[in-house]
Amino acid sequence: MQDITRRRLLWSLPFATAAVAGGGFLAMLSGIRKGNFDPKEINTPILNKPIPAFSLSAQPPSTGFNQQELQQQTEPVLINFFASWCIPCLTEMSMLQQLSSHISIWGIAYKDKQNSVSGFLKRNGNPYQRIGQDNNGNVGIEWGVSGVPESFLVMPGGIIKWHYPKPLTVNSTQTLLSLLK
Amino acid sequence: MISKILSPEFGHFTLALACCLAGAQCLIPLMGAKVKNSRLMALASPLAWGQFLALTLAFACLVTAAVTDDFSVQNILQNSAVDKPLLYKITGVWGNHEGSILLWAFILAFFGAIVSAYSQHLPLSLRAKVIAIMGGSAAGFELFCLTTSNPFLRVWPAPLDGQGMNPLLQDPGLAFHPPILYMGYVGFAVPFAFAVAALLEGKVDAAWGRWVRPWTVLAWALLTCGIALGSWWSYYVLGWGGYWFWDPVENASLLPWLTGTALLHSALVVEKRESLKIWTILLAIGTFSLSLSGTFLVRSGILNSVHAFASDPARGVFILLLLAVISGGALLLFAWRAPTLTSTGIFAFFSREGSIVLNNILLCTMSAVVLTGTLYPPFIQLINGQTLSVGKPFFDNALIPIALFLFLVMAIGPVIAFKKGNIKQTAKILGFAACLSISNVVIAFLILHQIIPALASSLCIWIILSACSDFIKHIALFKTSISNSYNRIIGLPRSFYATYIAHIGVAITILGIIGMAASQQKIVEVPIGTTIHLAGYDWTLTNVDDRQGPNFISTEAVIKVSKNGKPITWMLPSRRFFDRQKQVITNVAIHTNLMSDLYAVLGDSKNSTQTTPLFVLRLHYNPLAPWIWIGGFIMAIGGFITLTDRRFRVGTPANRKRIKEV
Repeated sequence: MQDITRRRLLWSLPFATAAVAGGGFLAMLSGIRKGNFDPKEINTPILNKPIPAFSLSAQPPSTGFNQQELQQQTEPVLINFFASWCIPCLTEMSMLQQLSSHISIWGIAYKDKQNSVSGFLKRNGNPYQRIGQDNNGNVGIEWGVSGVPESFLVMPGGIIKWHYPKPLTVNSTQTLLSLLK
Repeated sequence: MISKILSPEFGHFTLALACCLAGAQCLIPLMGAKVKNSRLMALASPLAWGQFLALTLAFACLVTAAVTDDFSVQNILQNSAVDKPLLYKITGVWGNHEGSILLWAFILAFFGAIVSAYSQHLPLSLRAKVIAIMGGSAAGFELFCLTTSNPFLRVWPAPLDGQGMNPLLQDPGLAFHPPILYMGYVGFAVPFAFAVAALLEGKVDAAWGRWVRPWTVLAWALLTCGIALGSWWSYYVLGWGGYWFWDPVENASLLPWLTGTALLHSALVVEKRESLKIWTILLAIGTFSLSLSGTFLVRSGILNSVHAFASDPARGVFILLLLAVISGGALLLFAWRAPTLTSTGIFAFFSREGSIVLNNILLCTMSAVVLTGTLYPPFIQLINGQTLSVGKPFFDNALIPIALFLFLVMAIGPVIAFKKGNIKQTAKILGFAACLSISNVVIAFLILHQIIPALASSLCIWIILSACSDFIKHIALFKTSISNSYNRIIGLPRSFYATYIAHIGVAITILGIIGMAASQQKIVEVPIGTTIHLAGYDWTLTNVDDRQGPNFISTEAVIKVSKNGKPITWMLPSRRFFDRQKQVITNVAIHTNLMSDLYAVLGDSKNSTQTTPLFVLRLHYNPLAPWIWIGGFIMAIGGFITLTDRRFRVGTPANRKRIKEV
């Protein structure tokens, strides 16, 4: 192969990369048109299914928890994924505080450090009965979490009845409370 | 009277005219260059001016329709209302998809015109090609505007009042953020045009580097201002207490900024040493392509963002096509022609060029990280249907180590000589700064107990100190007489100051970011009269009142802030209810002393049955927060100073005079 051809092939790499990206974008656009690709979609494959297997280490001031403990509850539990680095979680705190008198809330600190979480709870109050640490986000993957905050309603026996992938609002809280009646 | 002349139909006509002129601006000079006809090539400049004039008229028509409340125009109907304040009627023109594309095209035409005005000293055929490529990209955008996003569409029957604008956008910060940001994006069309023209010519030399660099610096400085304004806007309007959210649209502006920063450094090497030519050309193409694809990703609705433009896949297909022609075409040409370009300048690893290569590698790695983080979710969803999001932890973990290394290099680079640096001499200049910075790491670690903030803040001080050391060495302070030093201060080239001012700006921004990471906040639900303690300040909620604004009703809280019993300030955070849109906007109160911000937000108060109403307050103490934006503007000032350097201007008017004399 001639030197110039080899260099031309080398320098066509940027074009090839751009072409692959462009092909991907085209596929996405046609997917949006046909309705089988929705960028705003958040899928919850585990809705109405039993909770996945997991185990969480303790986050002071509370103890951690695992799948068995959650399954053995006789009252519904709200599982809330949160993180100290997440600003929407901060705004959600006042809503969780109000909710905590109606339902027990168990928190999962998602991809966070123990000290940061303690500080966060000290500053903003602690609505959680129990808190587990999910430092590397593995439990989040099991639950199908796409970001924080996300809340799951777990019924006695460990079935996920309801999922809300956003900060809880007045409306979504009412939906949640109506499910408890 | 004016509104009769500048009717929407006239606007539509001038837009179409501009599109035709832009097409001619692309084709005629290129044809002229092909057949070596200087008359055809000389047509480039008048056509560029004609296109600019036509678009100015089109833009004036849309502004006129907005100001005169012409609700028969669909765009005005959907985004304006009679009771909207005049300023926002004007700025609302670019607060929506159609208008912003028209603004984009208008700015592109504006750059085309000023390029033709300031390029008279360029070789005729290069100049013709540069203007032709500017015209080609402008034609594409104007065609996009005409076919899929016409801002001049009429509706019948015309309603009496419009639907109003999103109250979040009714803010003076947003009045200037989009035009400046777009000027940054679009400004990179000029280096792009120069790069493509150079590929067509098959020649890149030092002169090319000198011509392309001021345009790169201009676009970069404007983009820096635009990003800083946008981040500032999100800080004080959104009221979340943050300044950067790794939102796809923010990332889309950061990508061309990172590669643009790399470009303006590598263009320097082309100018001084005729080296890194192919790489610089690729960066110029890449930077403008990233500006364009940012627009594409936002407008097509592929990326999930808070910057919701009414997205439409049909528009997405058109912009993708435009991208394929502009970027794809340029990259193909690059693959074909780049191998024929040869470098002449060789340099040692320890040299100014070497440090700039390192800078380029680091900046491009950072932009690759941001690009990956931004595009990973849609591509994963496309491939296996899984939805996920990439957030702050990824960007922090991936970017911080690269950034720290970049800051380390940044301080050394400008001190090293071109071609082959002298390690001993460099060490002599920087030794003192290095000792101070290293001891600062230890001190900062003892105070902060965290390694990354300690390292980062010391690196910022390292950048500032090394700039000072080099300055002292250049003016030979205390080594020669004071008057001699003073003469040296005046005699130093402006680009010397510009480099260090921009670098110090970076250091100041980073210090601000480090300070913000240590911010403290508190959310409380309290009755009137309560005092809250946060960060050594006493915040007392003294009153809450309702007021009537021009198109909103506001609930305003009065917070008295004092420290150790001494009153500091009164803060008035409020919530505005916009009746037309049934939307509530929080109006943040910020008190700054330039070293820290006190930041108060009035939250949602619940209708409680209790006799004393409770109010939710969110209070933040943000140390060094203003530095983030101040640093950004200092970087931009550095850029603007470079533009005034006489080496860019010298020779242009003088040469012409000399030719006339001959």
